[in-house]
Amino acid sequence: MTAEAIPVSKTSAAIHPPWVRVSHWINAVAILIMIGSGWQIYDASPLPLFNFTFPTTITLGGWLAEGIAWHLAGMWLFVTNGIVYVTLGLATGRFRAKLFPIRPRDVVRDLVAALRGKLAHDDLSTYNAVQKLLYLGVLCAGVVIVLSGLSIWKPVQFQQLTTLFGGYDRARYVHFFAMSTIVAFLAVHVALALIVPKSLRAMIVGR
Amino acid sequence: MSRKIVPGVDPRLLIRDAAKLLPQPSRRLFLRSAAGIGALTLLSGCDIIDGDTAEHALARISRFNDRVQALLFDPNKLAPTYPESMVDRTFRFNAYYDEDEAPEVDPATYKLEVGGLVDDKKSWTLAELYALPQEKQITRHICIEGWSLIGSWTGARLSDFLKRIGADTRARYVWFQCADTYSTTIDMPTALHPQTQMSFKFADQTLPRKFGFPMKIRIPTKLGFKNPKHVVAMNVTNKDLGGYWEDRGYNWFSGL
Repeated sequence: MTAEAIPVSKTSAAIHPPWVRVSHWINAVAILIMIGSGWQIYDASPLPLFNFTFPTTITLGGWLAEGIAWHLAGMWLFVTNGIVYVTLGLATGRFRAKLFPIRPRDVVRDLVAALRGKLAHDDLSTYNAVQKLLYLGVLCAGVVIVLSGLSIWKPVQFQQLTTLFGGYDRARYVHFFAMSTIVAFLAVHVALALIVPKSLRAMIVGR
Repeated sequence: MSRKIVPGVDPRLLIRDAAKLLPQPSRRLFLRSAAGIGALTLLSGCDIIDGDTAEHALARISRFNDRVQALLFDPNKLAPTYPESMVDRTFRFNAYYDEDEAPEVDPATYKLEVGGLVDDKKSWTLAELYALPQEKQITRHICIEGWSLIGSWTGARLSDFLKRIGADTRARYVWFQCADTYSTTIDMPTALHPQTQMSFKFADQTLPRKFGFPMKIRIPTKLGFKNPKHVVAMNVTNKDLGGYWEDRGYNWFSGL
């Protein structure tokens, strides 16, 4: 038997290496804890420019104290996992390989194709331009939500950071809009994962 | 667990009464009713969400967060101060009772009791307290609920008072008892912070009843609920004596 005859398809690299899959699902748990408890905290004192509260059926924690307890516990999971993920994403070159380059022309082309339902997703290992933009965008929203959260939690100790967000009251709005961005991303992300189930499988078993 | 609104009953009063019935502080973290997004999507059917396990785990992490916050606390870092023009003069009454239920303290008979690890345990009349050197601060009051208001408070530095009464500043805590059932305990480094104040005035006027007459402890490095009003006693101690909201599940340190 010659070497050329050995099938190689079974041994091809996983679409998502284990560290991506593990950190993805830890992040999924963490972000749901943060969003649910964040909504509970929001309800204690809705932002003055908005006239709504989140229904208690979708908030985490029975009242404010529990919401805060979840939020300030979940933050360790979210931030620690996020730091590991971003560090590995940069160190392994995965971010550079998967998310760049993002050309505006490609974004427009892929967006039009996506809206027509004609976007190919045969190769899960390559992201289209819209995907690249969304993943990069949600990464940025993740950084903003952590920094604005820190500036709300510690507006005296980290007062320079709070000032960067325009002061305590404005930092609350920034935190809220970063949450909204992440929730909007999640809606699209989860819908597409359900429409293309093999992408969900790839994030669980790797291929 | 479903939530039902009882007609003719103010839910806030109901919650307040229910809280009184609960046997011990640790039970007061009502995790049983925590049917949140995490529970629905991930942890449903799993004991962790509504069992004592989650309750204790969250309480332990909250105590860990106390230690982290104590490390983050810089005794020399001042809370931002603001110009007179930014002071909210109407401010906001906030308590677990209504404004007309706020304690009425008689200034003629008022005495501040001092106890614990201090040399001089004599109690202080209002006239004696007013005679202490005073200074004004314009700082942001931040409520645990999220809202914030800029206020102007005038009074004596707590650190000066603690030195004056010969307090053992190596002790871990200072506990405050209020004229109502309220109390709170703070860490000694925060008690010694230069902006931690025994406040006698709000917006240059004698502290009104609704804001804690005759004395409030103003701590701009902590959330509002750690700023006790109508203070009638303080105790320098090595034992954490807890507090009204701390016993009900708010994070103990709650530093800003």
